[in-house]
Amino acid sequence: MAMNTVGRPTTPVAHDAAAPATFSGAKGLLQPTSLIFETGAIDRTGVDLPPVKGIKPRLGGLARTSSTGNPGLSEPEAVRHYVRLSQRNYAIDLGMFPLGSCTMKHNARLNEKMARLPGFADVHPLQPISTVQGALRVMDELSHWLMTLTGMQAVALSPKAGAHGELCGMLAIRAALDARGQAHRRRVLVPESAHGTNPATAVQCGFVVDEIKAAPDGRVDLSDLKTKLGDDVAGIMLTNPNTCGLFERDIRIIADLIHEAGGYFYCDGANFNAIAGAVRPGDLGVDAMHINLHKTFSTPHGGGGPGSGPTVLSAALAPFAPVPYVVKRADGSLDLIEHEADSDGEPFGRMVAFHGQMGMYTRALTYMLSHGADGIRQASEDAVLNANYVQACLKAHMSPAFEGVCMHEALFDDSWLDGTGVTTLDFAKAMIDEGYHPMTMYFPLVVHGAMLIEPTESESKASLDAFIATMTSLAQAAKSGDTARFTGAPHHAPVKRLDETRAARKPVLKWTPPAEISQIAAE
Amino acid sequence: MRYLPLTPSDRAQMLARVGVNSIDALFQDVPAFARFDGPIAGLPLAQGELAVERHMQRLSHASVAAGSVPFFCGAGAYRHAVPASVDHLIQRSEFLTTYTPYQPEMAQGTVQTLFEFQTQVAGLLACDVANASMYDGSTACAEAVVMAARITKRRKVVFSGGLHPHYRRSARTLAKHSGLDIAGLPIAIDDEAAVLAAVDQDTACVVVQCPNVFGTLTDFTELARAVQAKGALLIAIFTEAVAFGLVKPPGDMGADIVAGEGQSIGNALNFGGPYVGLFATKDKYVRQMPGRLAGETVDADGNRGFVLTLSTREQHIRRDKATSNICTNSGLCALAFSIHMTLLGDKGLKHLAQLNHEAACETADAVSTLEGVELVSPSFFNEFAVRVPGSAAKVVDAMAAEGVLGGVPYSRLRQEPGFDDVLLIAATETTTADDIAALADTLKKVI
Repeated sequence: MAMNTVGRPTTPVAHDAAAPATFSGAKGLLQPTSLIFETGAIDRTGVDLPPVKGIKPRLGGLARTSSTGNPGLSEPEAVRHYVRLSQRNYAIDLGMFPLGSCTMKHNARLNEKMARLPGFADVHPLQPISTVQGALRVMDELSHWLMTLTGMQAVALSPKAGAHGELCGMLAIRAALDARGQAHRRRVLVPESAHGTNPATAVQCGFVVDEIKAAPDGRVDLSDLKTKLGDDVAGIMLTNPNTCGLFERDIRIIADLIHEAGGYFYCDGANFNAIAGAVRPGDLGVDAMHINLHKTFSTPHGGGGPGSGPTVLSAALAPFAPVPYVVKRADGSLDLIEHEADSDGEPFGRMVAFHGQMGMYTRALTYMLSHGADGIRQASEDAVLNANYVQACLKAHMSPAFEGVCMHEALFDDSWLDGTGVTTLDFAKAMIDEGYHPMTMYFPLVVHGAMLIEPTESESKASLDAFIATMTSLAQAAKSGDTARFTGAPHHAPVKRLDETRAARKPVLKWTPPAEISQIAAE
Repeated sequence: MRYLPLTPSDRAQMLARVGVNSIDALFQDVPAFARFDGPIAGLPLAQGELAVERHMQRLSHASVAAGSVPFFCGAGAYRHAVPASVDHLIQRSEFLTTYTPYQPEMAQGTVQTLFEFQTQVAGLLACDVANASMYDGSTACAEAVVMAARITKRRKVVFSGGLHPHYRRSARTLAKHSGLDIAGLPIAIDDEAAVLAAVDQDTACVVVQCPNVFGTLTDFTELARAVQAKGALLIAIFTEAVAFGLVKPPGDMGADIVAGEGQSIGNALNFGGPYVGLFATKDKYVRQMPGRLAGETVDADGNRGFVLTLSTREQHIRRDKATSNICTNSGLCALAFSIHMTLLGDKGLKHLAQLNHEAACETADAVSTLEGVELVSPSFFNEFAVRVPGSAAKVVDAMAAEGVLGGVPYSRLRQEPGFDDVLLIAATETTTADDIAALADTLKKVI
């Protein structure tokens, strides 16, 4: 009897390597996308609302007459649009995201669930204090964790992101200097390896920036620092562990030098995740430090925010913290101080409306309670171990920027690519083809063609081994002259390499209807 | 520990590969006196999901959720109904757990949504161009002020008396340290145009708000012309984005920079954050804008794609010469805004705005007919101000004791003689007839 093969499992046949383009624009599971302005309609909506009543308006004659131009989509269309777009993103949940200095660790879903509890998410920032005691407890408990982990005396929770926290710390320093009659201290020392936010922040606070050189071992050049001290120095902004992934061995000496010179020590806490639970910055002489809750305490990066940058302060700077802050009343309940003593906002005042990033506080507190003091320490140790393991396994194939052990990230320069015709950028784009988000590239600036790899504690040994094997193969390919693999990369991403120069030369920053474009062209 | 994959034997193997005996050897650069032997004291140890959830639930229950009572608070944060699909979509792993799109080839989802967001915001505010969002409305306001000073190369800033006090204070903090002089006009319920008299040859900008903190609506068209004729810029602030479904947008009034809060579309109250700042301006000022910008381009095959652009304005390139120190935007909140806006469309937004206005009109009628309560906003969208007998703060506390969150006393924002009795009341599409009746009954009872 002949077998009916309909419905039987298929057997692959040999096929041509160059697959034909599809008619639909899809690539199998990867669906084509369009802009909402191309598929939506101005009279379509995905929200059902009750009918209006026709009450006489009280807009004072200020009714809108123009269209917003924004089309609507029904819910199934909208869901499909955003799910298709999401599939063009890489994410921690898909694979390793070793972006140095950015700390892409796992985002626990319990944190998401807790942030959405109605007592946190559905509470208005200006409800009577008696009705928000639970929310204030979250702020108070988070403050306790942050001050205890850092060994500092006060914390300003309200800064909205890391750079905003820098602003908070530097404004506190400026207020403290003004208060002691030393407004002439306007020079801030910043190592040349610093994050770009540091010099930008200092300038926004009205300071001038003086760069300090890096020593050959990747740390602050102490002799250069000493020559730059003076009675016009407001302070130093120093990242520790620094942006090369190295601990500043002389940090206590640096703190003492700055203090003896009459300045303050601002520590950029971007890399606190390497030492949290193991070392308290307060013991190292720090006066102010922001903590990126979205790095160390794993609140989601969300494709670029929202962040959260609580800033811890030493006893010297605590009086200059901005409002608002939480205080305990005699009866044990909590209160929120929202007004400065002086209505003019002296000496520092307020940085932001309301009380900061509550949604991030709940996530970070959930992370802290889950890990505990022991788990936070273990996470830091694992992050450092993972980075050192990657460095140890890759140093035979790539060139480490500095000798010796690193902290939570491993830094390589591009000298190992000399003569290959492959740049750091090309190498990064080839990593995309291999299914990895590239490491941070060309930062810090003190290392040529820098490649900064931060695995975080979230990676298993098996995951690291797979990454190391891929990086090793890529390095060998680069050295063996397989240049096209790199210069043409990415070959397998949803789009090929994008033309950033063109985007900047003639910026197209919003969608314009085709009819208007042709009209502009005709004019 | 459920979040840490390494096992003790993994750690031992890895330490051996690194060539050290113990984890302490990796911390050898830390001064010995600063190293702890065990966990830092004074903090609890690791706990399972169940224990953590129990603790957080207990804290959550210690607050009164807005949705559980008649609720009329606004003053810069508004409670709206957000479609379920919004919160579902922003929790997609690929949106939630990704970074700023520095590698655009593996972040087209994020960059395209930012490009769509910018287009929607520009359309909503009737401006040429919008950025990819700011931290929130108040910081957007502050950045707008220093941007105006950069453009005009002038040093004086004039704040209207109807500007949200938190915005005024936050902008003042940044402006003062940027070396700007600040002229804050007396608090006024309906006098935004008073800023004109304060404009002189050194004035960089005037900062006005519509709807203002008292709810009052003002047409800035004439004011903008007059201010610009004196070489200054008009910055228009708003705290309720839904308003522009119904109210003439600042771009249509000739505002130079428009900045405000986008929370009310797509985002929950969250006790004040995270929110999403909206920021828009005229084409000619785009290179002076702070914050991220997404732009259209093509890939190596000529296909359309999107990238972050004009980054030569930004701190990671320009360092101490950057337009701002801002590094993040408010990505996920901007995405929530954009998805909600996509679901609404022009039609849905206008309908939503209409419902808000009607709810506010009905609420205003219900309370202003009470003995001793006077409606003082001459016009309004979904929020208005009334004067009540005595202290508005005490009235609000008394209503809260009766289970009604009846609004925000102006004194909560700024303690100003003559404004102790001012109560700000907001209503939205979530406000029911029963809520309005409860507010009126309770207010009558406590005054």
